[in-house]
Amino acid sequence: MQPIIELRNVSKSFGSVLALRDLNFDVLPGEVHCLLGDNGAGKSTLIKVLAGVHAVSKGEYRIDGVPTIISSPRSALDRGIATVYQDLAMVPLLSITRNFFLGRELMRGRGVFSRFDVARADQIVIGELAGIGIDIRDPSQTVGTLSGGERQCLAIARAVYFGARVLILDEPTSALGVHQASIVLKYVAQARKRGLGVIFISHNIHHAFAVADRFTLLNRGASQGTYKRGEIERDQVLHVMAGGEALENIAVEIEAQSHRSKETQ
Amino acid sequence: MSANLRKGVGSDAARLQRSSRLSRLLKRPEFGALSGAILIYVIFYLLAGSSGMFTVQGLIEVLQVSAEIGILATAASMLMIAGEFDLSIGSMIGFAGVIVGLASVVYHLPLYLAVLLSFVICAAIGALNGWLTAKTGLPSFIVTLASMLILRGEAISETRAINGYTQISGITASDPNSLAIPLFGGNAGQGLFSWMAHRHWIESNPLGQPIIAGIPASVLWWIVLTLLATWVLLRTRFGNWIYAVGGEETSARNVGVPVDRVKIILFMVTALSAALFAAIQIMQVGSADTLRGTQKEFDAIIAAVIGGTLLTGGYGSAIGAFLGALIYGTVQMGIIYTRSDADRFKVFLGLMVLLAVLFNNFIRRRATLSR
Repeated sequence: MQPIIELRNVSKSFGSVLALRDLNFDVLPGEVHCLLGDNGAGKSTLIKVLAGVHAVSKGEYRIDGVPTIISSPRSALDRGIATVYQDLAMVPLLSITRNFFLGRELMRGRGVFSRFDVARADQIVIGELAGIGIDIRDPSQTVGTLSGGERQCLAIARAVYFGARVLILDEPTSALGVHQASIVLKYVAQARKRGLGVIFISHNIHHAFAVADRFTLLNRGASQGTYKRGEIERDQVLHVMAGGEALENIAVEIEAQSHRSKETQ
Repeated sequence: MSANLRKGVGSDAARLQRSSRLSRLLKRPEFGALSGAILIYVIFYLLAGSSGMFTVQGLIEVLQVSAEIGILATAASMLMIAGEFDLSIGSMIGFAGVIVGLASVVYHLPLYLAVLLSFVICAAIGALNGWLTAKTGLPSFIVTLASMLILRGEAISETRAINGYTQISGITASDPNSLAIPLFGGNAGQGLFSWMAHRHWIESNPLGQPIIAGIPASVLWWIVLTLLATWVLLRTRFGNWIYAVGGEETSARNVGVPVDRVKIILFMVTALSAALFAAIQIMQVGSADTLRGTQKEFDAIIAAVIGGTLLTGGYGSAIGAFLGALIYGTVQMGIIYTRSDADRFKVFLGLMVLLAVLFNNFIRRRATLSR
């Protein structure tokens, strides 16, 4: 199958710092590709390259197999590549409807009489949110009144409604409780069923294993390999993410330390 | 059970609808200012009801004072909703006046061209303020503090160098038939006011002319600008962007809102409001003074805050700024009519600002946290 977007041997440097090294990454339609890595592994840089915030220093960015230069987030968006940033997708003091249509306001009328069609926009928002199982009392209430999970879902619903083919979700569940996270994960699975490619960035391995079809592990700016679901165990993933230090070793070390401090007392 | 609750059955649905409409009114940014304005009118009616404040003449005076603040406050509140301040408004008024004065009196340009020139130059300086704020990421407080000093200093030194003194008189006299004079300094409805004076409904002078010639142009400008700003804020794409830029700049940028452009345009709007203010004052009194507009930037911010605009951005309305300016003008004139110490005006104003900010914070918490 042809990947929707594909990075080939991509490097990205900021001055003398090499943030990404010779990276290969792609996402197919109808799959969730999970990007795992510890803090500082280069996840954020990779997202920003995919989203058009940073240009690649070396290598190729392909869309539908065609090498493409993405100059801005707007041009990525116009090609159906939508990024949903953690906590930075919504304006809390704006209404649900105004957030949903922010930057792509639904207008009616022409010229000086052109105006934001609030009534129709409200109807669309209610419909779209009901479709993913979120009941809102009033689309003119502010986004600040929504829960974290609902906000994430609203941001994803907005991207899907405006024709996204690839969703880049930056830590969509990290700030959420168990129940809220499960709402978002269910919605991610639903988006996959509709044929979207989803890039799911997380450092929560349980959330990743719940939805991912493939995993790519990042460490210090380099890919540690891409694995299909079932090819790799959770412990192995953790091992690679932590850069070879298994958590058991750390647990043993901590225990030894606490023993020592007890003895000295 | 829960499905019934959510969808509403029979009369329950109607009850839910009603309560949500009431809470929606409470959440409007101008709700506090509206109740404040009503309260202040009740108080002054009780204290000074028979003193002449509530005659046509008294009310027109109140409106005229409010209109001048209101023209600035409308623009300032739009900029504040976008999360920025313009402290150069007051100096810009003096500067614009100097441009009109020098262009018409010293360089003999027609008055309408002199005014147009001041609008163009002020808009350009406003754009520079906005560009500096957007590109450097410095707080607009600092950037416009600098332009406040630069503009005032420049206005005084240029005028003194070219004209000799810091005042320029004879501006309207230089082009007495110019259409700019009635446009900015005239009165509307003069026929109606003469007719009312003839019928002795309003006071007239010994010649039978009404003491108040009509509704001042400034009041009409104020009303038109408020309506225009309300339309822009609530019904246009640009208005949606203004709220988004002030509410959460990064989110707005992420969905493709041209944040810098929005800010630059709004700084141009505040600069233009200052130029309009200057034009109105010049056409009313006929002269310009380099010290005009001193501290008007604070009056504009005060009116915007009383009108429910959040200092931190993202929330507010033009109607609120209108009411804030009306409260400002009413208290300023009303205190004179009550024959109490007019110096206390600032005390009242300070208390009112404090009260408004506390109330706004309360409303904002309700708007964002209530479920």
